[in-house]
Amino acid sequence: MAGMGSRSALVPDAVETSADTVVLASDVHKRFGRLQVLKGVDLEVRRGEVVCVVGPSGSGKSTFLRCINHLEKIDSGWIEVNGHLIGYRERQDGKLVEDSEKSIARQRAEIGIVFQRFNLFPHKTALENVIEAPIKVRGTPKREAIAGAEALLDRVGLAEKRDVYPGKLSGGQQQRVAIARALAMNPSLMLFDEATSALDPEMIGEVLDVMKVLAREGMTMIVVTHEMGFAREAADRVAMMDEGRIVEEATPSRFFDTPQEERSKRFLSKILK
Amino acid sequence: MLAAVDWHVVSERLFHPDHVFLRALLTTVYIAITAQILGVVLGLVAALMRMSHIAPLRWLSGFYVLIFRGTPLLVQIFFIYYGVDLLFGFNVIPVSLNFGIFRLDGAVVAGILALGLNEGAYMREIIRAGIDAIDKGQMEAARSLGMRHGLAMRRIILPQAARVIVPPLGNEFNAMIKNTSLVFTIGVYEMFSDAEIHYSTTFKPVEFFGAVAVWYLLLTTVWTMIQTLIERKLAASERGEELSLRERLTEAVTPWQAWARGAR
Repeated sequence: MAGMGSRSALVPDAVETSADTVVLASDVHKRFGRLQVLKGVDLEVRRGEVVCVVGPSGSGKSTFLRCINHLEKIDSGWIEVNGHLIGYRERQDGKLVEDSEKSIARQRAEIGIVFQRFNLFPHKTALENVIEAPIKVRGTPKREAIAGAEALLDRVGLAEKRDVYPGKLSGGQQQRVAIARALAMNPSLMLFDEATSALDPEMIGEVLDVMKVLAREGMTMIVVTHEMGFAREAADRVAMMDEGRIVEEATPSRFFDTPQEERSKRFLSKILK
Repeated sequence: MLAAVDWHVVSERLFHPDHVFLRALLTTVYIAITAQILGVVLGLVAALMRMSHIAPLRWLSGFYVLIFRGTPLLVQIFFIYYGVDLLFGFNVIPVSLNFGIFRLDGAVVAGILALGLNEGAYMREIIRAGIDAIDKGQMEAARSLGMRHGLAMRRIILPQAARVIVPPLGNEFNAMIKNTSLVFTIGVYEMFSDAEIHYSTTFKPVEFFGAVAVWYLLLTTVWTMIQTLIERKLAASERGEELSLRERLTEAVTPWQAWARGAR
């Protein structure tokens, strides 16, 4: 982390953080080779908030989301979840160094992520997918884990599919199992990385419905999506990303009805034809 | 020309093998099995070392493959049997290993060691390819659930990689059965030694070498049939049939269980 300076020096005095802040990202930079994907992203998400991140493809939405649970290493800036720095720790001299595997794993256990391509474990049944991490990571007794998993599968409407392998489930069903799997760890934050983009149109609804219920129940969510209908209905805030930066942040009604930035207007005119 | 063949000897060797031969057959089979198991274990360790973030482990893994794939198996067998004790200055290869009533000759131990070490170098590449074949999203999903690398490997990646590894592993074992004949050179009494000794006392090469060739063919054919069965079961799983890998492997080894399942 050569380019990363002291965190205290980076925090502007004006940033107000409260105990309610779940995610706080500041000046996040990320480069893939010579391609600068993130050019200073700032975002704060409070407990119970649903933030939809929208924007053209290649704008860095997914990369930013993946940085939040350290699936991607960041080049500079910092990200905190629940007041703890993600992926890095501060050395005595104030420099940031990559954290140990153990504490990165512990932090990730608190953050659920749902992927575009589901990534269910194909050699395990729906139920086994859901109980795997609670048992192996948390050490939850098996009987307890199964009871919890059955309740979660019921919540996503798949109680009767508990013993079915992912290969025999539709895309929408697989994604709902993936949501249940993430929820089984009782995360304080859920990340959705274009969770409906790989689905056939008739299955998008069933996954979005599960996400809406989660949002209503007060789950803190960051949702990278192309579903503007979902953003308008379920989001507390919409963040528009373009070329590695968040260019506009507003409530859904303000963002969709009276976008302020030229790039937001252009993006919306293309997508809402 | 065929009149010169002593058909009586051939049929005796094939249909009425003496107990000395049967012991030799058994020796061939257990050398092949134990050397293959050793090869799989070494291959797995070397494959994991190759992916380590600790550079010396990666180098060691590379050096191992370089040596054992780059030199003749026969040289390795001789080097290990005659050379290793002198190299290290103490008896690495025991004179004999005793397991109760079962006793392993030092030459057998050296043979298993050499064949296993050689096999491990090839298995490393097969296991690595199996692991590489698993979608990167699987590791990401496992890590994002809070699993550490080792746990994710053991619970998520390796069980899936096993499916990819099984077919080439079967081919390796086929080759292993035949390669065991090389340990005759260090004095192990296995199937080929038995044929060679009979030949040297009778000068009937066609009869004895021909008969032992049929025996090798029998072993590899039986193995190929078992392998086909296992692969068919694995292919069924690719189609999403609702069996766990463990169930599928048990089924492949014990076909009557599949029948019982069908009856359920």
